[in-house]
Amino acid sequence: MKRWETEGIAELADLNLPEEEHLKKGVAIIECIQEIPCNPCVDACPFNAISMENINALPIVDYEKCVGCGKCIEVCPGLAIFVVKIINEKAIIMLPYEFLPLPKEGQKVKALDREGKEICDAVVKKVREGKTNVITIELPAEHAMNARNIRVR
Amino acid sequence: MRIKEHPILEFKRGKEIYFYYNGKKLKAYEGETIASALHANGIKILSKSAKLARPRGFFCGIGKCSSCLMKVNGIPNVRTCITLVKEGMVVEDDDKDLPSKEYPPCSHKKMKCDIAVVGGGPAGLSAALEASEHADVLLIDENPRLGGQLIKQTHKFFGSENERAGTRGIKIAEELEEEVKNRGIRVLLNTSVIGYYERENHFLACVNKMAGKVYEIEAKKIIFATGAQENMLIFEGNDLPGVYGAGGVQTLMNVYGVKPGERGLIIGAGNVGLILAYQLLQASVNVACIVEAMPKIGGYFVHAAKIRRCGVPIYTRHSIKKAYGDGSVEGAIIAKLDEKWNFIEGSEMDIECDFICLAVGLIPSIRLVAQTGAEISYINEAGGWVALHNEYMETTKEGIYVAGDLANIEEASTAMIEGKIAGLHAAHSIKQIVGFESKIKKYMEELEIFRQGYFGARPKKAKEEIRRRYYEKMGDRRNS
Ligand code: SF4
Ligand code: SF4
Ligand code: FES
Repeated sequence: MKRWETEGIAELADLNLPEEEHLKKGVAIIECIQEIPCNPCVDACPFNAISMENINALPIVDYEKCVGCGKCIEVCPGLAIFVVKIINEKAIIMLPYEFLPLPKEGQKVKALDREGKEICDAVVKKVREGKTNVITIELPAEHAMNARNIRVR
Repeated sequence: MRIKEHPILEFKRGKEIYFYYNGKKLKAYEGETIASALHANGIKILSKSAKLARPRGFFCGIGKCSSCLMKVNGIPNVRTCITLVKEGMVVEDDDKDLPSKEYPPCSHKKMKCDIAVVGGGPAGLSAALEASEHADVLLIDENPRLGGQLIKQTHKFFGSENERAGTRGIKIAEELEEEVKNRGIRVLLNTSVIGYYERENHFLACVNKMAGKVYEIEAKKIIFATGAQENMLIFEGNDLPGVYGAGGVQTLMNVYGVKPGERGLIIGAGNVGLILAYQLLQASVNVACIVEAMPKIGGYFVHAAKIRRCGVPIYTRHSIKKAYGDGSVEGAIIAKLDEKWNFIEGSEMDIECDFICLAVGLIPSIRLVAQTGAEISYINEAGGWVALHNEYMETTKEGIYVAGDLANIEEASTAMIEGKIAGLHAAHSIKQIVGFESKIKKYMEELEIFRQGYFGARPKKAKEEIRRRYYEKMGDRRNS
């Protein structure tokens, strides 16, 4: 049994991760690793970067086509999509956020990992309100693959 | 206890009103049920058990379990979870009287329609909408509003565009309700169907208790979409007020904007339990943990991941040993299970919580459809006893249809498609519809696709068995 099956936590080995060059421009990392009947992400991408064999298959991102716009984050009912970009020492992460209060741009928040543990401070760069709010945070690049939630105080 | 701010929902509370509870004047808002208004006022004990007079709180929140019965304006045995509170209403502890001469006189009314739909959830609404394109439809629901369980689903739906994936359940309910209105479909709300009988046609006896109205409805076809009811779990203290069905908590919190408590324990890591945990967090209610007896999380990984990254633990291979508290839940003991499902001694954990939600599966609400004489059969994969039916959702009793959770515990998306199939076929068998074959084929293909993946395996198997037994019973007789 995999950890995600018993604990609900994905490990990096479970994910299909982009290359360094893709991370430079920023791409969507989809943490949707179990076959469920779902596909709004495929229709949401204006660049046809997400594909799926059938509605039950896993979504696959074409990292060449993806421009990291984050459109797909907003529609995903699983809140399973994150856009990650790495510039030098910094990581920029766009993540879905459905809690109150919404952070403000420039606000310092705590970045949390997949277990909800605080890993470091992050700065809110952008708050895009939509069907699901998309928050852009900036934090040290070493946490790019672990920061998946925020705590706003 | 009322939720003031919510990231997804906006609670449009009605006018401030006052009602009386055992002589005490309490505040409520128009549009709230009696049970939710009492809860908002901190009153969790609604009734007493008949024999031992143990306190009872509400459990299902949708009119199915009878643990919330109270005397309202002198009328005994009123389900306070689905009855709206009104200005000046007098609510009292029920002395468990059977309805007697004090029962107020009722007005009688006869109504006729082509197709009666019982239950206004996703399946019933879709059935009514589909059928109304070709036939005269009457929709009956015992709740104060349409939408069934959709009205508490704050999460965006899975599935495909056709079934409104990416749209929140509450929004789907609003859209369907609006369509029902626009089509001019006749709707009876607050009205319970209490019996079925047969003459030359199908008949339903219905009652709107608070309004004192009794209806006799004659229909050529009836579609039952009465949904399902939450399972109970056996453990010490399971009848303490504060032990709720997961769905009941969703109703209280997402429909009426009332918090179930400050800190909850959830039993069951299927989709219902996982989604509920997330919704509690959204309502600023703490979740202590989720326990799951199976070795694996039963619901979608993505739902589990959502709450894990908010710091909520999930303990698989664990279950609840007991709930404790004086008059209502004050805590619970959970423990680890061994291979044989026995509690492992010494593994107990004391969980601080003031409410417990049971999300341990649903059973189809078959009692009404069973009255029609439709063949009922026990099918484990379907969630228990179900009415056998064919691919058109018609039962072994001609003109009686089922759809949605009543016909096999599944998803709202599949319930909507089943409703359309039932509605279309029922209308077609009254009067031939042009293009029936191609339309129904399309719906059936959509269902097929839903049931293909890993999570579709169980419902697929259930449906195959239901159909196999249907044809075994009916021989070659096709109902179309
Ligand atoms: S981030 Fe934008 S381009 Fe990339 S997959 Fe999502 S929607 Fe498509
Ligand atoms: S929309 Fe989200 S949950 Fe659905 S398939 Fe795409 S990534 Fe998975
Ligand atoms: S019938 Fe009211 S809580 Fe179940």
